[in-house]
Order: sequence, then structure tokens, then C-alpha cells
Amino acid sequence: MDDPSRNQNLSFPIGRRQVLAAGLAGLVVVSLPRRVLARPSLEEAINTFTGGAEVLDGRVRLELPPLVENGNAVGITIAAESPMTAADHVRRIGVFNEKNPEANVVVFQLGPRCGRAEVSTRIRLATSQVVVAVAEMSDGSFWSSRASAIVTLAACIEDLS
Amino acid sequence: MARALINVPKTARRGEIVEIRAMVAHSMETGYRMGPNGVNMPRDIIRRFVCAYDGEEVFAAELFPAMSANPFIAFTLVATTSGTISFAWTDDAGETQTASADITVS
Repeated sequence: MDDPSRNQNLSFPIGRRQVLAAGLAGLVVVSLPRRVLARPSLEEAINTFTGGAEVLDGRVRLELPPLVENGNAVGITIAAESPMTAADHVRRIGVFNEKNPEANVVVFQLGPRCGRAEVSTRIRLATSQVVVAVAEMSDGSFWSSRASAIVTLAACIEDLS
Repeated sequence: MARALINVPKTARRGEIVEIRAMVAHSMETGYRMGPNGVNMPRDIIRRFVCAYDGEEVFAAELFPAMSANPFIAFTLVATTSGTISFAWTDDAGETQTASADITVS
């Protein structure tokens, strides 16, 4: 506005476009590192874990409280039906979530010396969502169980909402 | 890193399945939390937990930021021989915290 000769005819439309473009670029740059953009979806994360193998329902039980007061520490128990012998045991159990900033929660490595395929732990949930547990058996098959929880107090990720 | 709390039965019968509980004091900073200066606090979590029975790895876990602070893991083991059950937690900085307990199997 100080220099009317520059703003009036030629450069004004270009200037507006540049401003718009710069604004858009700025938005993209600012939102990229923080937002869920880079996060793989629940299915993608499970696919990475299984290597693309088919995941069947059953043989695994995921216990998750349906109503969570504090998302910073949610007690979960995963139990898989397996005799846990050298010939037939659970190799790995992966836990995945739907809406946290990262899809993975934990991957347990078990063996026949565990005796029972049952693990308990405490996890963080950013918001109300679905949690999935996938077990890999020694024969290479994958079994899963999913449970959803309503979270009243989310784990600290203020910039996710 | 600070203290580790482990719960291993002192005695067991051969072949018995015993419950092991292990917890370590660690903030498990996710890297998604904003600090007082408006900048995200750097990630600092425990990446790997390993439990060995008489030197042989019998249980392990790969941890991600979605694990709670002071990560707690409970699992089971078959009591095979008298010996030492050792635990190791390794964090982002590569530091390892260890703990161990003896079990007598009769």
C-alpha cells in the first residue's frame, strides 16, 4: 500500500497467488511432523507385523476395560489359546491401536518356556478407540482379538486433537 | 535409569508355571508431549525388555511410546531348574538397567 505503482496493475494478482501458495505450504509444513499424517493405519501396522499373512479371528483374548478413566495407564491382558509346547506355541504377540500418534503399542516375544501365553501390561490411550492384539503361532498362523475402550482422560498428547 | 521392581517366587515345583512381574521406574517420555517452552519434549523410552532364565532368553518385549510410564509387564515361565532369572531393560540412550532373582526348584 505504501507503493501504489507496484501494487496496482501487474503484480497484485501474482502477489495474491504467492501469498496463498505460501500460506498453503506453511500449513503443510507445520502440520506434517505432528499430525497423524505419517501414522500408518491400524490395518497397515498389523500388515507390517504379519508380513501380509491372513489374520484370523479367535484363539486370542484381549482384555481391556470398556471404560477407561485415565488413558495414561490402561491395564490390558492378552491370553492366547496354545499348549505352549516346543512344537506348538505362540511366537509373538503384537498390540496395536487405532488413534494414538503411533500404531504400535508393544510386541512380546514368547516361547515354549513361558508355559502359558498370557501377558499383562499397562498402556497409554490417547482417545476412545479400538485396540487389537495379534498372536503369531509357531505354525505361522496369525490370530487376533479386538476390543474398544472409551477414554475419559486422555494420555498427554495435547497437539493431537 | 532408576529402580526396578521384580516379583519372582522364591521356590517352585519342577514343571510348575510361575508368574513373573517386572516393573522399572522410567518416565517413558513419548516425544509427543509439549514442554514448558512450547517445544515437544524429546522422546526417551525403554525399547526392549528381555528376561533370561539361566542365561537363556525366554521372554522379550519390544516397547513403543504407547507403553505407560514405569512399564509393567507380567508373564509366566515354567520352573525348570534352580537358577537365576535375570531382567534387562534398554532405553533410547542405550543404557541398560538390570535386575535378577534366584528361584529354587524342587
